[in-house]
Amino acid sequence: MENLDRLLAQGKEAVNNATDSAALDQVRVDFLGKKGQLTGLLKSLGKLSAEERPKAGAAINEAKQALQAAIDGKKSELASVALNEQLARERIDVTLPGRGQENGGLHPVTRTLERIESFFSAVGYGVEEGPEIEDDFHNFEALNIPSHHPARAMHDTFYFDAHTLLRTHTSPVQIRTMENQEPPIRVICPGRVYRCDSDLTHTPMFHQVEGLLVDRDVSFADLKGTVEEFLRVFFEQELAVRFRPSYFPFTEPSAEVDIACVMCQGEGCRVCSHTGWLEVMGCGMVHPKVFQSCGVDTEKYSGFAFGMGVERLAMLRYGVNDLRLFFENDLRFLGQFR
Amino acid sequence: MKFSEQWLREWVNPAIDTDALVAQITMAGLEVDSVEPVAGAFSGVIVAEVVSAEQHPNADKLRVCSVTTGAGEPVQVVCGAPNARAGIKVAFAQVGAVLPGNFKIKKAKLRQVESFGMLCSNAELELSDDHDGIIELAPDAPVGTDLRDYLGLDDQMIEVDLTPNRGDCLGIAGLAREVGVLNKEAVNEVECAAVAATIEDRFPVEVESPDACPRYIGRVIRNVNLSAQSPLWMQERLRRSGVRSIDPVVDVTNYVMLELGQPMHAFDLAQLNGGILVRMANAGEQLTLLDGQELTLNPETLVIADQRRPLALAGIMGGEDSGVSAETRDIFLESAFFSPLAVAGKARSYGLHTDSSHRFERGVDPELQRRATERATALLLEIVGGEPGPVIEVASEAHLPRSAEIILRAERIRKVLALELPAAEVEEILSRLGMTVAAQNNDSWIVSVPSYRFDISLEEDLLEELARIYGYNRLPVCSSTATLALRPKAETRQTLPDLRRALVARGYQEAITYSFVEPRLQQLFDPAREPVALANPISADMAVMRTTLWPGLARAMQHNQHRQQSRVRLFETGMRFIPTDGGLQQDQVLAGVVFGSRHPEGWTGKREAVDYFDVKGDLEALLALGGNRDAYRFVSAEHPALHPGQTAAIEFDGRQVGVLGALHPSHYDALDLNGPVFLFEIALSAVQAGKLPAFAPLSKFPETRRDLALVVDQSIHVDELLSLVREQAGEWLTQLTLFDVYAGEGIENGKKSLALGLTWQHPSHTLTDEEINSVFSAIVNAAQERFSAALRG
Repeated sequence: MENLDRLLAQGKEAVNNATDSAALDQVRVDFLGKKGQLTGLLKSLGKLSAEERPKAGAAINEAKQALQAAIDGKKSELASVALNEQLARERIDVTLPGRGQENGGLHPVTRTLERIESFFSAVGYGVEEGPEIEDDFHNFEALNIPSHHPARAMHDTFYFDAHTLLRTHTSPVQIRTMENQEPPIRVICPGRVYRCDSDLTHTPMFHQVEGLLVDRDVSFADLKGTVEEFLRVFFEQELAVRFRPSYFPFTEPSAEVDIACVMCQGEGCRVCSHTGWLEVMGCGMVHPKVFQSCGVDTEKYSGFAFGMGVERLAMLRYGVNDLRLFFENDLRFLGQFR
Repeated sequence: MKFSEQWLREWVNPAIDTDALVAQITMAGLEVDSVEPVAGAFSGVIVAEVVSAEQHPNADKLRVCSVTTGAGEPVQVVCGAPNARAGIKVAFAQVGAVLPGNFKIKKAKLRQVESFGMLCSNAELELSDDHDGIIELAPDAPVGTDLRDYLGLDDQMIEVDLTPNRGDCLGIAGLAREVGVLNKEAVNEVECAAVAATIEDRFPVEVESPDACPRYIGRVIRNVNLSAQSPLWMQERLRRSGVRSIDPVVDVTNYVMLELGQPMHAFDLAQLNGGILVRMANAGEQLTLLDGQELTLNPETLVIADQRRPLALAGIMGGEDSGVSAETRDIFLESAFFSPLAVAGKARSYGLHTDSSHRFERGVDPELQRRATERATALLLEIVGGEPGPVIEVASEAHLPRSAEIILRAERIRKVLALELPAAEVEEILSRLGMTVAAQNNDSWIVSVPSYRFDISLEEDLLEELARIYGYNRLPVCSSTATLALRPKAETRQTLPDLRRALVARGYQEAITYSFVEPRLQQLFDPAREPVALANPISADMAVMRTTLWPGLARAMQHNQHRQQSRVRLFETGMRFIPTDGGLQQDQVLAGVVFGSRHPEGWTGKREAVDYFDVKGDLEALLALGGNRDAYRFVSAEHPALHPGQTAAIEFDGRQVGVLGALHPSHYDALDLNGPVFLFEIALSAVQAGKLPAFAPLSKFPETRRDLALVVDQSIHVDELLSLVREQAGEWLTQLTLFDVYAGEGIENGKKSLALGLTWQHPSHTLTDEEINSVFSAIVNAAQERFSAALRG
């Protein structure tokens, strides 16, 4: 049995010397395979006496198991080395930038419009749109602005001919809505509007959102509540809101709405001309003449309307200080609103 | 309207400071635009007299003046103003004085001559922009008096931005009335007592259009002295109201307008022939206005004429040859009420806007004309002397506006303002506003409106007045709690926000370009159409309405390329305006413009320029959002602005809804663009259409895939071949993929090889080889027949 110890020692050494799984497998075949050297010792058991045989058999099996264990150990050692090598090989710099398209972005006016729309749709307003090339009736006459009215001078209208023009506000959409729908009506009218005016604080095209609510028993208190809630939600602040008497031909009573300056919290700064207040909206109760021109019964229904400039709100929200940037479409500007 | 606070406070003087006054009237609806001091901040400037002015020994343009200040010895001052001369009263900044900009006056030496102070110009004291010489004060200015006291310079110019309904506040009287109401203070009306006639001279007045001019008042004043000067206080008040002093007669008419709100006019009586005739103009009549402008009148214009010719545009501006001049000795004073309708829009139609038209358009108190005449007469007599004749009045009661009588219901106050206002308070507020209030029974009133509140004619107007005086911000607030009807929402319709975000995720930046564009660009992108042109464009490059969004997007592309942007992908949604037979189609489109590399510059891969298929892929992704990709087709097409070999029309249900392509190579120069640039535009309604998903059961049986390579002519459109394959592949085809397009070695010149992968699956059995083989040969045969396709060997 000296032979056994020597064979086991040889086997273990061969296992140790194996550097890959093929070599290791060869060791297994050489020593433990059907024709392997340790397996061969079992065949020599017949030469031994019956008393010696079990002991020798057990010893051989023990040696076989020991070698198998060594092989298994080596195998997992080799696997772990290989895995480590693979892991090392596959290491990347995870801080390198990802591949593929970069996101573009929405125009800040759209972003602001969507924000306004989402507030009003949540409180049940539908969105109505209408033509941008309008007729005089819908843009002016039906809104109680007859042709000689001084308010027309406030509008600086673009004309195509005596009766066709670019809408100066989205109010004609309100008229069209009232012509086509029975109260109760709850709509906002977003869109492009045009005025023949271009300087530091005016562009000949800009965006408005107007709103209209017509129902039984609508009061100025409802208007105040709606406007105040909207402004606080839009600016995400508990800000002071005030209503100032004003004049629009299509509402009576009419009001301008000011908020405490969002830049200086009402302390007074350049943006609010040191008044602490910013004018952000116009509003009022729908004028009976407007209802009459759309066939709404003024004894049965009342309503309110409001309107705001989208660029103005976007400027205040994002701190944009030059209106004209909105329509230059410079990527360095647009890219800031991603 | 700009006014002097001092002047207002002479009429009504509540115990509140300037800031409080400004805040108060702003919150009452008279929005204050600006408050400016009437002079710069300065001190130590007094009234002085120049007793001598000698030539400076060492400087041609300087004078050495001796100035008395009323105390002590005369002071020597070196002065460079050409009008510095002996005998005039001046504004003298003494040594120690501080001028605007914290400029301290010290003893100085000018070319070796000592100077103790400075004689000031208007500009140096920030009284006006006038740099021409030093101020010459009135001869009776008291020497030694502080200039601020003498000129009353501790005053503010307040500018209110009046809304068009508040024409009644276009005068100190109206503003004072309003401030009186707000503060419950009495107003000190200015005296307008009748001035007795000293001569009997009348001048005939005939009104042909009493509807346009319900009241015309005139008065002859003879022997006026036009060489007199308007008094300093009047000049100062005019200046502080933004009106230039002209001559004493014009100054008085302007002053009365600013004070009472009644525009007036003075004619040179000697230039009038026969009598005044208020009539509509005859077409083609000529009139030269005071400002020298020559007008050809249209017959809708009301004019003041004499027996021979038109003299003035009624309520707008006087004529040049009948106006008051230095030679005038006798004047005819006009104070009329023109109806707003007669004046409204007329000034604008001649490109004019005057203080007078501004007031008449908004409305003037129809009861004001006589008082204004008396007030102006009294002022004129004081300043230019003269003998007044009797007041001549032609009025048509039938055409004069009647003061409104309005029924006000308590219920409406409750309903519209959501306010319980006690009857006594309602009556008190309305009475304070000058209205006569008669309670009818417990729940309504009859309210008579004073003639100066011509803006009030409806119950709603009274509600606004109540709200205004009560305070808008004291009115109740109600949270929006009305019951909501849920709105239907079509699931198949892709919303604009969804579409925009899909493009944003593919690297597009949204742009917004003007709807009016340069005609040249419009022509380049859509030469076949005549766009709608603006009658009054703001500039030549914004003159026509776009029929496509491309001109604007191309401009935006150019703007960015010029700023070294190497990769630009923009999209826009908006209206295009397409003229149709006798009409106009305004519809929303989605358009885009793409330039630069396929992917942002990065460390992976090489930089490849974007091509047609990248942009088509973006569009396909967009069209697939609605789950209805198969309803759209891209077919080879031509477009005047696009590359003839790289242009596709986009069809939806067989109708063209859009275009995609590369910009035509010959357009890059005209557009000043680098290329290649790809453009697309599609009707928004077509992109928004979608379909509701419909479930199909999943098959339990395995699927079968076969690949097929067909060689066809290069000219064959793959889309058509695929349709044919799909048609022949039978109803169990679940997927058809084009996985390779190859031309080159191994393929005959002029041909291409298309490799297709077909996948079938049957719902109830495993497809047999025989079944697949028969379909497969049907495909090959059909392709051969229709496109002369051959199986690739």
